[in-house]
Amino acid sequence: MEKEKAVDKKDISKAYENYAKKFTPKPKYIANSLKAFFVGGTICVVSMWLENRFISSGAEEKDASAYVVMILIIIAQLLTGLGWFDTIAKHAGAGVIVPITGFANSMVAPALEYKKEGVVLGVGGKLFSLAGPVLVCGITASILIGLIYLGLDLISVG
Amino acid sequence: MEYILSFIVGGVICVIGQIMMDATKLTAPRVLVILVVSGAILQALGIYQPLVDLAGTGARIPLPGFGYNLAKGAIEGVSKGLLGVVTGGLKAAAGGIAVAIGWGYLMALIFDPKSIR
Repeated sequence: MEKEKAVDKKDISKAYENYAKKFTPKPKYIANSLKAFFVGGTICVVSMWLENRFISSGAEEKDASAYVVMILIIIAQLLTGLGWFDTIAKHAGAGVIVPITGFANSMVAPALEYKKEGVVLGVGGKLFSLAGPVLVCGITASILIGLIYLGLDLISVG
Repeated sequence: MEYILSFIVGGVICVIGQIMMDATKLTAPRVLVILVVSGAILQALGIYQPLVDLAGTGARIPLPGFGYNLAKGAIEGVSKGLLGVVTGGLKAAAGGIAVAIGWGYLMALIFDPKSIR
């Protein structure tokens, strides 16, 4: 008896899933991918042009790339504040989310949303509600990788 | 030529992110985490550096490039021992992170939330 009920539940949930599927719009894979490709590619090309301008005006290569990253972050966060980033992302999708601009946006967007909760816990806290996982995972990975390399270095020396 | 390679590599990485968001039920933050960590791991395996040498900003500006930067800093820190390893990653990415925090906080304070148009 018990078992029968469980089976029933599974059938019902499956039937519902199929039913719901009929109404979920299918993502336009090709159109979305093309948009992401062109927008993302364009951001990278503009960055390269900017970087070359910095290098030709005497900046070191490493510094130039840091400046370009900073400029992209500043622009993306300004657009987020103005409310334009979401409009752009609605069309460009991953084209603006996968470059560093998406990371910059993921900090300001929730911070704006929770402004009512105050300047410290609202804005200050939510600045990291999406960026936190990225920073935590990324930095932890970098430390682990560094430790592994350090271990390998010690083994090869010793 | 370097501009074309930058365009293609940067575009392809964005398409990978787009497909991850469309085809799987992964939310955007998870996609960001996966991209950053995979960039770091690929750099640790020595696969990402050739891509950066080839495409420049095309590989450095998308989020795997952020992971690449973190991992590269940590690996370069090996010569300075344990402290170098722990601080290397953050040091390499410090500029971007600091600007994102400071400027982001300022932007969130200045502007009010708006609905999507």
